[in-house]
Amino acid sequence: MENVIVIEHLCKRFGSNIVLDEFSLTVGKEENVVVMGKSGAGKSVLIKCIIGLLKPDSGKLLVFDQNIPELDHEELDRVRARVGFLFQSNALYDSMTVRKNLEFPLRRHWIRITQKEVDDMVTEVLENVGLAETVDKLPEELSGGMRKRIALARTLILKPEIILYDEPTTGLDPVTGREISQLIVEMQKKYHTASIIISHDMHCVKLTADKVSLLMGGRCYAEGTYTQLEQSTDPKIKQFFE
Amino acid sequence: MLLPTKFRRFLEDTGLITRFAGHYFSQGVKPRLELAELIRQCYIIGYSSLGLVALTGFIMGLVLTMQLRPALVNYGVASQLPVMVGIAIVREIGPVITALIFAGKIASSVGAELGSMKVTEQIDAMEVSGTNPFKYLVVTRVAASTLMLPILVLVGDAISLGGAFIGVNIKGVTSLHLFFRQILDNLSFGDVLPAFIKTWFFGFAVGVVGCYKGYTSSKGTEGVGRAANSAVVLSSILIFIIDLIVVQVTDVMGLN
Ligand SMILES: Nc1ncnc2c1ncn2[C@@H]1O[C@H](COP(=O)(O)OP(=O)(O)O)[C@@H](O)[C@H]1O
Ligand SMILES: [Mg+2]
Repeated sequence: MENVIVIEHLCKRFGSNIVLDEFSLTVGKEENVVVMGKSGAGKSVLIKCIIGLLKPDSGKLLVFDQNIPELDHEELDRVRARVGFLFQSNALYDSMTVRKNLEFPLRRHWIRITQKEVDDMVTEVLENVGLAETVDKLPEELSGGMRKRIALARTLILKPEIILYDEPTTGLDPVTGREISQLIVEMQKKYHTASIIISHDMHCVKLTADKVSLLMGGRCYAEGTYTQLEQSTDPKIKQFFE
Repeated sequence: MLLPTKFRRFLEDTGLITRFAGHYFSQGVKPRLELAELIRQCYIIGYSSLGLVALTGFIMGLVLTMQLRPALVNYGVASQLPVMVGIAIVREIGPVITALIFAGKIASSVGAELGSMKVTEQIDAMEVSGTNPFKYLVVTRVAASTLMLPILVLVGDAISLGGAFIGVNIKGVTSLHLFFRQILDNLSFGDVLPAFIKTWFFGFAVGVVGCYKGYTSSKGTEGVGRAANSAVVLSSILIFIIDLIVVQVTDVMGLN
């Protein structure tokens, strides 16, 4: 299987704080990998390195066979247009309406696009997340679960081939969390995306994961399918599945 | 030598802000002019402080005139009141008071706005959406405040002189024509030009400090509050320091 993300021996530290220490992971085409790890383990740092928001200190980090740390701005933007990122805090622009939020990546990445095409894409993506009626609302007028859906819509609007989800269900009530997990699975099926999903939510992990990677001590402590890891007798692995 | 911590932090801040300002110039000339956003920011930044500038300018002109009158009457030069007030407003009071009001309003709102965008990862989101957030957010706001403050000062000066005219007429009688004739006859190029030029620097300082504090604010909501607060304090101090430097420079150039 062709790999869309290849990470080998990735290292990242902040001063004396070593966050990633020889971390390795591969993600195949249309494969959905869940990364689990304790809070502060460096999961967000990992996916921020993948999208080029943070620069790793050493190691290999290939996305679509391009080494991210070596790319210049334009090359990086071209990769970013193909990779969606769902922020843990949603990162919706709170001065803009939902429509403007969704249009932002479109207008920024592709300069030549007609208003009609933009409108169609906004409508389509909002229908996908089931929130067509919120198009003229401001983010502050929406509930937590709705904001997460809009953030997901903004990520989907560029039809990315890879989506990076940073704790998509954290901070939501269990029912809404389940709806979001369900939505992620639906979107995976519909758009055939590969994804890295950071999550502690066992329901979400079980539903979405083709493969689970445990990030511990800055490296990949264990890797396998959900069932393989669930049956592990190693207490360090077991604690995640209780 | 051990400097007091506060003073040292002020110097560190100034150094970092200077570098930030340098970044502004190197990024500002790169392609993708964010013209639409610049115009939007000019409107927001200029319009939002207009009312406040007008109100404070009017009161300053009026009060200054009423306060100065007794002293001038004592010396028997009450007829020079418009000239005194006019020069004071155009050269110093107008630019500095307007800039301070502007700092209170704009540095804090820009600091808080960018601070909360930083904390809620909106700046990162812009970056992954093919946008250079420094250009889109910082360059436009700094340029807007550099462009708008001089205009606000002109408006503030005019309203202030209007206040002064009313102040003169409370206890005396002058026609509007005579009042402005007297002021304009006594204002020279050397009075107006430095006063106008320094307002650009004031505007730039307010924009840069507000953006710097917001853009580099620490995580957490209290970081946002601190960003807004220290942006106002630092930009107000910088306004006085720039004022001090400008008066020295114009003195050397013989413009005083
Ligand atoms: N920009 C940064 N500067 C310094 N330290 C950071 C930065 N981002 C993250 N860290 C540190 O890296 C570690 C991992 O953080 P993070 O990846 O956010 O954890 P999590 O696994 O909970 O997402 C933490 O100790 C955090 O303090
Ligand atoms: Mg995190």
